[in-house]
Formats: sequence, C-alpha cells, structure tokens
Amino acid sequence: MTSEALSGRNIASAAAPGSRRGVPAIELAGVAKSFGSGAEEVKALGPLDLAIEAGSFVAVIGPSGCGKSTLLRLIAGLDTPTAGTLRRGGAALDGPSREVGIVFQDHVLFPWASVLDNVMLPADVLSLPKQAALERARWLLKLTGLEDFAGHRPHMLSGGMKQRAAFCRALLADPQILLLDEPFAALDALTREELSLELSRLWQDLGRTALLITHAIDEAVLLGDRLIVMSGRPGRIRLDLPIDLPRPRDVNTEKQPRFLEIKQTARALLFDREKD
Amino acid sequence: MAAPDLGGIAARATTPVIYLVLLAVWEGGARLFKIPGWILPTPSAIVLTASEWAPDLVYNGYITLGETLLGFLLALVISLPLAVIVAFTVTLRRVVYPILLGLQSVPKVALAPLVILWLGIGSWPKIIIVVLVCFFPILVNVVAGFEAVPKAMLDLMHSLRASEPAIFRRLRIPIALPHLFTGCKIAITFAVIGAVISEFVAAQEGLGYLILISTAQSRTPLAFAAIILLTFISIVLFYAVEFVEKRCVTWTP
Repeated sequence: MTSEALSGRNIASAAAPGSRRGVPAIELAGVAKSFGSGAEEVKALGPLDLAIEAGSFVAVIGPSGCGKSTLLRLIAGLDTPTAGTLRRGGAALDGPSREVGIVFQDHVLFPWASVLDNVMLPADVLSLPKQAALERARWLLKLTGLEDFAGHRPHMLSGGMKQRAAFCRALLADPQILLLDEPFAALDALTREELSLELSRLWQDLGRTALLITHAIDEAVLLGDRLIVMSGRPGRIRLDLPIDLPRPRDVNTEKQPRFLEIKQTARALLFDREKD
Repeated sequence: MAAPDLGGIAARATTPVIYLVLLAVWEGGARLFKIPGWILPTPSAIVLTASEWAPDLVYNGYITLGETLLGFLLALVISLPLAVIVAFTVTLRRVVYPILLGLQSVPKVALAPLVILWLGIGSWPKIIIVVLVCFFPILVNVVAGFEAVPKAMLDLMHSLRASEPAIFRRLRIPIALPHLFTGCKIAITFAVIGAVISEFVAAQEGLGYLILISTAQSRTPLAFAAIILLTFISIVLFYAVEFVEKRCVTWTP
C-alpha cells in the first residue's frame, strides 16, 4: 500500500499533535498507580518514566500482574494515575482521545451489529463524515481480508477474523497512537503468528505510534522497535532495549541470532524477577 | 418415499402417542371406577361440554385475554421508564426501589379485594392487578440488563469519549434487550394468573368467573374446559412473546 493511497483515506485531521517532530508521542513522568487506600492500598504500577517517540513501535512485556495493562489504560486515558504526569503529543493528557485507537485482548465486537457496523462504531460515536468513514472502513476490511464478511455478524467469524475486525475498528478514525492490550492472547498459536506479522506490515504502512502489551516474548521482539521489560508488582521498567532487527519482519526474523539474543536477555530478566 | 425413515417417524410420534394413551387411561379409568362427572369428568365429557358452551367460552376467553394483554402492555409502558430511572439515578433508586420491593412483597391476591373496593367491578381493577403482577419481573430484568454491559465494551465506548446517551443507545439497550424479553416471558404468564385471580375476587365475566360459577354449580366439565382454554391462552401468549423476541434479538451473545 502506497502512502498516497493511505493519505487519500485519511479522514482524521492532518495536523495531529502526536506527529510533531521532536515531541514524544507519549511521555510519562513519575507515573504511579495504586488501587484502594490505607492498609488495603495495592501499588500496581511505578513510579516510572517513559518517553515514546512518535512513529515507533514499543513492546512491553512483564510477568502477569505487573501492571502492564494498567499502564495501557493510563495512556489511553481510561484511568487516572495516582501520581505523576502523562503527556500525549506534548499536551497534558485529558481523558481518552480520538487520536488513540485501542485493540483489547478480547475482540469486544458488538454481537448485534454486522462486521462493517462494528468497524464503523468510532465514526458513529465521533460523528465523522459518513461517506469517507465508510470508504475507509471498506478499505481496512479489504486490507485485512475481511471484505467478504462486512455484512456478517461477529459470531460467524473465526477468532482471528474477529480480532482483525477489531484492528479495523481501532484504525477507523486514523489514530496517531495505537494501543494493543495483548491483542493476540485469545488466539491459537498459528493465528497469533500470522496476525502479528500482518500487524507488523500494517503498522509499517501506516507509520503510527504503537504500544503493545504482551506476555509473549517472541511477539514482543518480533513486532517492536523497542522492548521494555517490566518488573513484578508494582511494575517498573527493568530493561529498555532497542530492537535493531531489520524490517520488514517475517517468519525468518525469528531465526536470526540477534532475535534469539534479545529474546534470551528478556527471558533471563523475566525469570530472574524473584531475586529483585 | 421408497424407504421411509421409520426411526424419525417413531421419534416424532412418541410424544403425541403418550398423550393419547394418557387420555385413554383417564377416560377408561373414570368409566371403569365410575367416578362421578362432577368430581373428575372424562375427556369426552369435557369435549362435549366445550362444544356446547363454545360461544360462552370464546366470549369469556376474549374478556380474560383482553385484561391480560392490556395489563401486560401497561406494565411494559410503566416499567421501562422506571427501569431507566432506577438504573441511572442513584437518589431516585434509593427512593423508588424500596417502594417497588415492598409492593412486590405484598401478595397480589391480598391486594385484589382492595383494588376492586376502590375501582369497582369493571375491567380496570382487573387490568390494574395484572399490571401489579407484571411490572416487577419486567423492571428487575431490564435493570439487570442495563447493568450487564461488559466492562470491556464500556472501555471501548469510553475510549471514544462516547456520551452517556450514546452509550445508552448503542450499548445498554441492545445488551438489555434479551433481559427485557426474559422479564416479558415471566410477566406474560403471571399476567394470566393475575387476570384470573381478579376475576375470582369480583367479576361477572371472564374465564376465572366461568370457572368459579361452574364449580359452584357442579358443572365440573365446563370448569375443565375453561381451565384448558386458559392454559391454551397462556401458552399462546408465551410463544407470541418468544416470537417477537426471535424477531428482535437476532444475535447470539
């Protein structure tokens, strides 16, 4: 897909704040989150500092319960931090934004709506121009091989197809930032690999900032430009490593010595967490 | 057909055959032991009486059906806005819910004489009693439906900065719809019971009234015919609701 074709379907504002040069797309300073209060207070996350460059793909892995999903919810604006500040495109974060698309662990498609209507949900809620949105929805469905299923209800689709539809929905409003909350966790191994490579291509075509939360090391290393390994609860950054593997990535990427090396480093850290 | 599927035919025929056998046992037993017709009429006597009294049965059935349907629809109209209020306004919920719970805890049979005392013996007191019986199952189920929205779907809507009215329209209503029908299916069977109870207390027509006077006059076959018609009405109403449900809820969650 050429960039011209992409911009032709770009229905979001062209001058998005996340695309300004030099300003990180996402910036966290001293961000911490705890749940409950007093003696029952549970520190879930941080404090942590993190700056994510616009256009980069950051993969975050960590043991379960390390607060990585909390991190994503904070960046999405679905939760507010207990301490610290978050900035998105240089501006203080003020709740959710149309500049952020989220793919959840579960596809979260509405069972009563057709695939196309599900993909069109952001256009509906955000009152985007109907015709342009419809055009983009059909283009996204085509891109993900779902064009023949636009009229189907989600229950007619396989797990992988449902998650593809969820990707289309997240991309409909052309967000600057894509947040992926273990988007492949509910899929079988084969579909997972297929879909993650597809996502890798899609992300490269679109050139948006992406943050992937996962507990699969392979997935993180295969997809990311940068790998962040988190510690157990409360989640802090233990390792922040650039993934200097060439793109486009494919199944052969996983055989490269560098891939295995990064994977080993991450794995060693993850299994080492008890010694913190 | 060259080779009829005997197994399939047998399977389909099993239930009607069992019912026919039971009816035959009833008929035979009642004749054999000479059970008096005013205690347990034979099926043939019931059919005979039903055909004799057909116009009365149909007219009284029509009266009861009318009360049931009007009361049910009125209950629907009342409970839907109430459900919205209870589900979304904390203060009103605190005020309204105890009243509704209290009202639900009062046996409707006990209320029937009072309602009739206040409203006379026309059809309105009966409709009111049907409403009283119906609205609670509908209300409770719809409120539960509004609250049954999966958190991930709410997150999705919030991530799009959807307003509460938008969330209500696009998410809560479709989620609540199957719950609404569950409530309606409970309510419609309750509605028939409510109508009959109110006719027992004070009425000059309706199937409840017909049952009451026919048993008082030892016309037991007529009472049986009325009860069977009542059961039939109840079943038809239930399936009518289910039919509408299948039309409206076309997805599998």
